[in-house]
Amino acid sequence: MGKTISEKVLSRASGRDAYKGDIVIANVDAAMVHDSMAKLVMDAFSEMGGKRLWDSSKVAAVIDHVAPSANEAMSAVQKNLRMFTLKHGANFFEVGSGVCHQLMVESGLVYPGGLVVGSDSHTCTYGAIGAFATGIGSTEMAAVLLSGKLWFKVPETLKVVVDGELPPMVFPKDVILKIVGAVRADGASYKAIEYFGSTVGAMDVEGRLTLSNMAVEMGAKAGLVEPDAKTAAYLKSLGHKPHAGFKSDGDAEYCGEFRFDAAEIEPQVACPDLVDNVKPISEVEGKDVDQVFIGSCTNGRVSDLRVAAGIMKGKKLKKGVRAIVIPASRAVYLQALREGLTEVFVEAGCAVCNPGCGPCVGGHQGILASGEVCASTSNRNFKARMGSAESQIYLVSPATAAATAITGKLTDPRRLVKEA
Amino acid sequence: MAKNGRAWRFGDDLNTDIIISGKHKLSITDLDQLSSHAMEAARPEFAARVQKGDYVVGGKNFGCGSSREQAPLVLKHLGVSAVIAKSFARIFYRNALNIGLPAVKCEQADRITEGDILEVDLEKGVIKNVSRGESYAVKPFPAQLRVILSEGGLVNYVKKHGKLPW
Repeated sequence: MGKTISEKVLSRASGRDAYKGDIVIANVDAAMVHDSMAKLVMDAFSEMGGKRLWDSSKVAAVIDHVAPSANEAMSAVQKNLRMFTLKHGANFFEVGSGVCHQLMVESGLVYPGGLVVGSDSHTCTYGAIGAFATGIGSTEMAAVLLSGKLWFKVPETLKVVVDGELPPMVFPKDVILKIVGAVRADGASYKAIEYFGSTVGAMDVEGRLTLSNMAVEMGAKAGLVEPDAKTAAYLKSLGHKPHAGFKSDGDAEYCGEFRFDAAEIEPQVACPDLVDNVKPISEVEGKDVDQVFIGSCTNGRVSDLRVAAGIMKGKKLKKGVRAIVIPASRAVYLQALREGLTEVFVEAGCAVCNPGCGPCVGGHQGILASGEVCASTSNRNFKARMGSAESQIYLVSPATAAATAITGKLTDPRRLVKEA
Repeated sequence: MAKNGRAWRFGDDLNTDIIISGKHKLSITDLDQLSSHAMEAARPEFAARVQKGDYVVGGKNFGCGSSREQAPLVLKHLGVSAVIAKSFARIFYRNALNIGLPAVKCEQADRITEGDILEVDLEKGVIKNVSRGESYAVKPFPAQLRVILSEGGLVNYVKKHGKLPW
């Protein structure tokens, strides 16, 4: 019987012929811990009698959730994580390096066919380059740091096919929001997703990372794209050695299928307070906004910043609206500087902050007051996520976010481009 | 052993940001203090009023969202003896059992209403709704997690057995 990518990766990593439903004990190829969960991971590691990491070269610690620290409690956590990581000789990403998921891909710790766990639910991002990657809790992470092993239930796989050419000003973020709206918040629970179709094939790896990033918003354990020539070229551009990874077999079994026509997708918006509350921009346009956030592991890459800068160039933010722009990594930050994107943002009136998670998870750099509304390129719009329980978050593409920052209202980016 | 407690009823897709918000998780590491913010955005009175032995009851996809283990931790710390729901998000489910908080899958969870007195017997796999005179079957825990839960969580398992269960 043919296999899905998940079945192939978990078979390789467990050394047995594994299929959906099987429980396997697998060797992990990389493990990522960030500051948000670091205290619990280090406490559990020590309580379990941990003396050394199973393989320090495969472990990464990242300070990104509140970076630089905004309070003493977090400073203490980061201090301890820094000491722990340096003591054990693991890979360490200091304040200012960027968001963990971007760094794991850029650093080459993640590769096609690899099995990766992270103490963050958006670890599924790495599926974009064909790695089986999933988020785990802190106690299990401590066990992985000790042993390099974890048990997995091999997931069923849901096939998501997007065919056709995306219309102008419609981006991978709009595609994934459209998908989440159709599959719903628990539509892929305990499953893996494999993204197929000509739209995905034509999409650059940065766009695929956006698709895979939000697989967990449908409950998925992983969100995978078959590695192809684009993947190979992307890894080469980062200076990493090639990995073929796995493609799914023609006769692999899927538990369901969703199909989308790219040509029919318009800019999408996930409305408060659930990520699957997705509407086309035409239904929510005109909603007043107080804050715009462009960044995060979903949309903080250079392709995202190019689109946003393209819309903001020569324009000013609407008076009374603030916009926060955060590159996903130091490499993205430098590239944005070289291309003059940063200048565009600063001249438009944006606050451009250092690489990191920014306001996405409510730690700092843009906490919302009661009654405030934020248009964000991040991945979650849950109640109270970015601050007050009486604030609201609308999830959009970088283009829609940039257009919204200029007008002060949720705006279809096609409107501004037409005007230009 | 069956345990009696009061049900705190929540809805579908109750996410981890509601259980414990990022703004608190990223500024408070003391568990006593952190727990005082549990469920704040949905039920501000929850943390102050929940009693040891009470149950948190949800609908489908309970605990969706982030991987934060602080979510089951604050519920356990407040004395919640189990979370009962129609279905759970994957990471929350593993996290809860790994810290020794039973996450109980029950098809009829929607029959339970706010304030119902429940008697949960995990050995027999039955939830008795004392207030409504009904009984509901519980889905058994996966074998890998049952072993961990029976030792009070993964850390306790390792302390007792000197090794991981896998």
